Parts: sequence; structure tokens; C-alpha cells
Amino acid sequence: MAGRLPRRILKETERLLNEPVPGIKALPDEQNARYFHVEVNGPKDSPFEGGCFKLELFLPEDYPMAAPKVRFVTRIYHPNIDKLGRICLDILKDKWSPALQIRTVLLSIQALLSAPNPDDPLANDVAELWKSDEVRAIETAKTWTRLYAFSEGVKS
Amino acid sequence: MESDEEGIYDVESDASINYNSSDDGIYSEGENTAHGEANDFMDEPTSYKCLTSDQIFNYMMKVVDEVNAILQLPPHITCILLNHFKWDKEKLMERYYEGDQDKIFEEAQTINPFRLKGKVVSSNTNNITSFSMQSTKRPLTTQEVCDICYLPSQHMNGLQCGHFFCIDCWNEYLRIKIIDEGQGQKIACPANDCNILTDYETILSLLRGSDIKTKYHQRLTDGFVMSHHLMKWCPSPGCSVVVKVTTAGTRNVTCICGHAFCFHCLQPIHEPVRCPLLKKWLRKCNDDSETAHWISANTKECPKCRATIEKNGGCNHMICQNKSCKFDFCWICLSAWSPHGSSWYNCNRYDANDSVAARTAQEKSRAALNRYLFYCDRYMNHRQSLELEHKLYSKIKFKMEEMQQHNMSWIEVQFLKKAVDILCKCRNTLKYTYVFAFYLRSNNQATIFEANQKDLEMATERLSEYLERDVTTDELSNIKQKVQDKAKYCEGRCEALLRHVYEGYDMDLWEYLDE
Repeated sequence: MAGRLPRRILKETERLLNEPVPGIKALPDEQNARYFHVEVNGPKDSPFEGGCFKLELFLPEDYPMAAPKVRFVTRIYHPNIDKLGRICLDILKDKWSPALQIRTVLLSIQALLSAPNPDDPLANDVAELWKSDEVRAIETAKTWTRLYAFSEGVKS
Repeated sequence: MESDEEGIYDVESDASINYNSSDDGIYSEGENTAHGEANDFMDEPTSYKCLTSDQIFNYMMKVVDEVNAILQLPPHITCILLNHFKWDKEKLMERYYEGDQDKIFEEAQTINPFRLKGKVVSSNTNNITSFSMQSTKRPLTTQEVCDICYLPSQHMNGLQCGHFFCIDCWNEYLRIKIIDEGQGQKIACPANDCNILTDYETILSLLRGSDIKTKYHQRLTDGFVMSHHLMKWCPSPGCSVVVKVTTAGTRNVTCICGHAFCFHCLQPIHEPVRCPLLKKWLRKCNDDSETAHWISANTKECPKCRATIEKNGGCNHMICQNKSCKFDFCWICLSAWSPHGSSWYNCNRYDANDSVAARTAQEKSRAALNRYLFYCDRYMNHRQSLELEHKLYSKIKFKMEEMQQHNMSWIEVQFLKKAVDILCKCRNTLKYTYVFAFYLRSNNQATIFEANQKDLEMATERLSEYLERDVTTDELSNIKQKVQDKAKYCEGRCEALLRHVYEGYDMDLWEYLDE
């Protein structure tokens, strides 16, 4: 598979390395150029601020016709991310367009951290608390961030 | 034979479109009125047509043209609009002429070609064909980089929303949408956040390969066929033929692929039982036919909560494991266990009063089960026989060749094939008479029905025997007479049975059990 990497993936990788997005680091795996180790910094003024969240991103055979597969590796308390790290985000599902890129996907994920959407939940228990007692939910999210995501962050 | 309409069609009839005027139109010369051996199954061979995907596409385009005679839009735009309104011409016209046209185009996810005209004229004067929505090609001089594959291409194409991609990426994108996702009318521009729908003209001009084009034709007409209550796709796997009936009352149809089915419920032909009862029956069969046998042989019910219990040890003191029940009872007499350990023990005495109630309740449920199993067995049995009879065709063919070598002409030996046709038809009818009978409450008419069923069943078994066994042993002239007579008789009995059932439907003679 590593033999015939489409130009599109090469180009995207090149750009990700040369012009990284602030607060996001994406490195291709040494063994598999379709597999990326991603780190996203918790956005400012969000309960995830100060945290550095590890994700994995995989470009399937059909990419870019099919969406990349992305998953949080670091635990996170968020209504749209479940305990396995799966993400509920429209552009990763039915709203995927082949004109989107790894870069835009990661930016959308970062934006999702700033703006959780408890009305379209993946983790039901989290979403319920988020709706019923937002203060406590945010407090929990901060605690989890400190617990699981406080290590050496991405230099932005 | 049948004049009633199923309830389902009444729901759709308000949205129905009158296509009758177009019946004599372009597609009728190519119509395939099915002629097959299964003709006996059908209402009348002329009451329906089979349309291939090309014919259905042409038919759809004819409807588009009719609307276009008034709307005066490019056909591919009208097609998108019509699809948005579920092919309800009147609704489209009404909305189009009463209100905000721009809004209609927006809702239907396309671009108003009248708006576009001005824009195109001003920007690109040498390349206008009156508001063509069709894939706008950029001038060949500029090489652009495609946003999907990041490769420069001279063949950039796009819809009027202005998002351009190279022809390879378009093909790849469309392949996934059409083949993998099965989409047709609802394929949007590949650009992010752009919901403008592709039109068939653009797609057909972009697509390479005839396979995918055929597939696209099919998917494109999906919405059209589904919204039309007189058309249905043949349910046979891999078949892409649409069956179009002339009246909603038509039930039994045979597609040109040979698949015979009920136009109403898409199940294989199921005379004499009606679709709703058949559906109920099939659900019941799926639920419990296999397990029912086992349950009936190995379990009893808790006399209190009716939970099904399997005895897994020798002790007859049962404690129901249903958490909300926990009833202690005796496996033998099915009454409460408490007297068993004391001097009140009377399990050995027949007809102990308290066990009677429990027993009757259980017997009742057993009787219901036995009744079901009785009908189910016979239904399954005829089903299996029917499958086996299909093997007869090859055997009979061999026999027919042999007979032709013994001074019989081709036409003279056709009786054998016809007899197998009749046999299969009778088997199929018999199979469904048991479904019908299962739900039937007994009355005089039901008794007549059962007598008819008996006659038909006996005659069918004889015919089956002749065709399977005697045909190889008896003398040729003798067997011909026997088979022909019996087949004729079977056919007559089958018709009589069906006629009786349908008369019963018409005159409301059938009463049903609430199973």
C-alpha cells in the first residue's frame, strides 16, 4: 500500500509538515504513510485549555472520496466524543466532501472542542449533564483534561 | 376477477399522476408484454407491461417534456424540480406559478437558469447556449489544479455553482455515489458545503463506461418509479425491469426475467390468500416455526406467569426462574407445590381440582400451537414439493425427446410440459390455501372451501405421481391419456377453488380468527 501513494496524500502531508496549523501537529507514521499521529491543543477559553489531546487519523483506500477515520486516543469528557474516542462530526460522515482535507478536518475537530453540541450527542451521559448542569459538566471536563491531557503540549 | 383496491393505494392516490395519456407514447412500441409459461398465473397478460431501464428513462423524460411544455426550462432542471416534488406535476406547477421561484430552485438544490443567464452572458460571451446548465468547461488554455487530486488538468468540469474538478475525480466521485451508495437524483456537487445537485445531462456527459451509465439510469429513475403507484421494480435480485400495470387491481404479474410476483406486496404469487394475511403469516413463521416444534416437545408453561420452562433435572418441584414470579409448583400436576410436602399430597389422584384450571389453560395454548403446526406443516410441505417439482422439468424434457423418437410429433408431446406447469400452479395454490385456512373461522363456506381444497390436493397428488413415476413405466399412449385427463381436472379444480374464494371476498363470506 505504501508503494503507490496518491499525489494528493503526498501533497497534503508535505503541507501539513511545512505549514502546520497553529495548535495542531500531524505526523505520518514511519511504517504507514496513511496513518497519522495527531496532537491537538485544547482551544483557549474552553474546558480543554492547556490539554494536549492525542488522536489517530487514518486515510482509507478510497480517500479522498471517503472521509478519513479519526479517533481520540486521549480520554476526553465531551458530549460528541464517546469513551472509545469516536467523534460525532458531520463532515466525517454524510457531509464529507472530497474537497475537504486533513487540515480542515483537524480544524473542525478543534472547533468542536470550543463548541460542544449536546443536542447531537454521542456520549449520552455526558450530553445529559451538559444540558442539565453545564457548570458541573465543564468542571468535569476540566478535571479530565488535567488528569489525562496534561503533558508536554504542542508548541503553537 | 377482482375489482377491489388495496388500502395502500388509496394513500398514494392523492399524489398520483395521470400518465395514461402517455400510454400510447414513444415507449409503447418497445413494451414487452410478458409471454411465458407462467401465463396461467396472471390476471390477464395485457394488464401490465415490463419496461427496461432505458424505456423507463424515456418514459420519465416524456413526463419531463410534458411539464416542460409549460415551464419552458431545460429538461434536466425540470427533472430535478419534479423529483423534488416527488413527481407531482400539479404541485410543482402550483408552487412554481404562485410564489417565489427562486425559493423553489433553492429548495430543490439547483440554480435558477434564468438568473444564470444574465451572469453567464456578461462573463463569457462566446460560449452560451441558451442557459445551458450542462457541465461548463473552462477554456482549454488555462491548466488548473483539481481540488481533489491536486493534479493539474485540462479537463476541468463543474456545475453552475462554479466548483470545478478534473474528469478523473468526477468519475471516481460518481462511481462511489452511484455504485456504493446507490444514489441517482440526489448526488450533490463534490465541493465542501455545496448542496447543488448534479443533473443527468452533466453526469451522462462525464461518466465513462456503459456499465455505470446503465446503473445511473436505474438509480436516476428510482424516485420516479417509487412515486408512481402503478409501477414497481421487479423484486428479483439483479433484475432491473419495471413492471407497469394499467389498473391498481392487477395482482399477479410475471416479469420478463421470469419471476412471478404479486404486484401489491412483491411476494411470490400467493393465491388465494390476500397480502395482509400473508404478511401476518410470514411474520408468524419467521417468529416461531422452528422453535415452536422444540418448545412443544420439551417444555411446559409456568402455571402462574406462563413463562416457558424446560425441565433440566429429575426433581418435580419446580421454581419458576422468572424474577417477578418465583412460583413453586409441581411439574406433574402443574399446581402449587405447597401441598406436596404435606399430608395434602394428592398429585397421584387424577382430576385434582386445582390442577384442572392450570391444565385447561395450558391445553388451550398447546391446542393453538398444534393448530398452527398443523397448517404450517402442510404449507411447508407443499412449498418443498413445489421446489422439487421444478426438477421435473428437466426429467420431462428428456421424456419428451424420447417420445418424439417413438413416432410422436413435437406438438403431440407438449402435453407433458403443460401438465408440469399445471402441477406447479396447483402446488403453489395449495401452499397458500393453508395460510388462508389457518386464519379462517369455520362456517358453511369454509367447509366448502375445505372440500375444494381436499379435491384439489388429492388430484394434485395423483398428477404428481403420474408425472414422477408412471410416466417412466406406463405405455406411451396410455400415459398421455392419463396425464392429460388428470391435468385438466386439476386445472379445473384449482380454478373452482380460486373462484369460490374470490366470490367469498366479493360477498364478504369469509370470517377470520384473531390470531
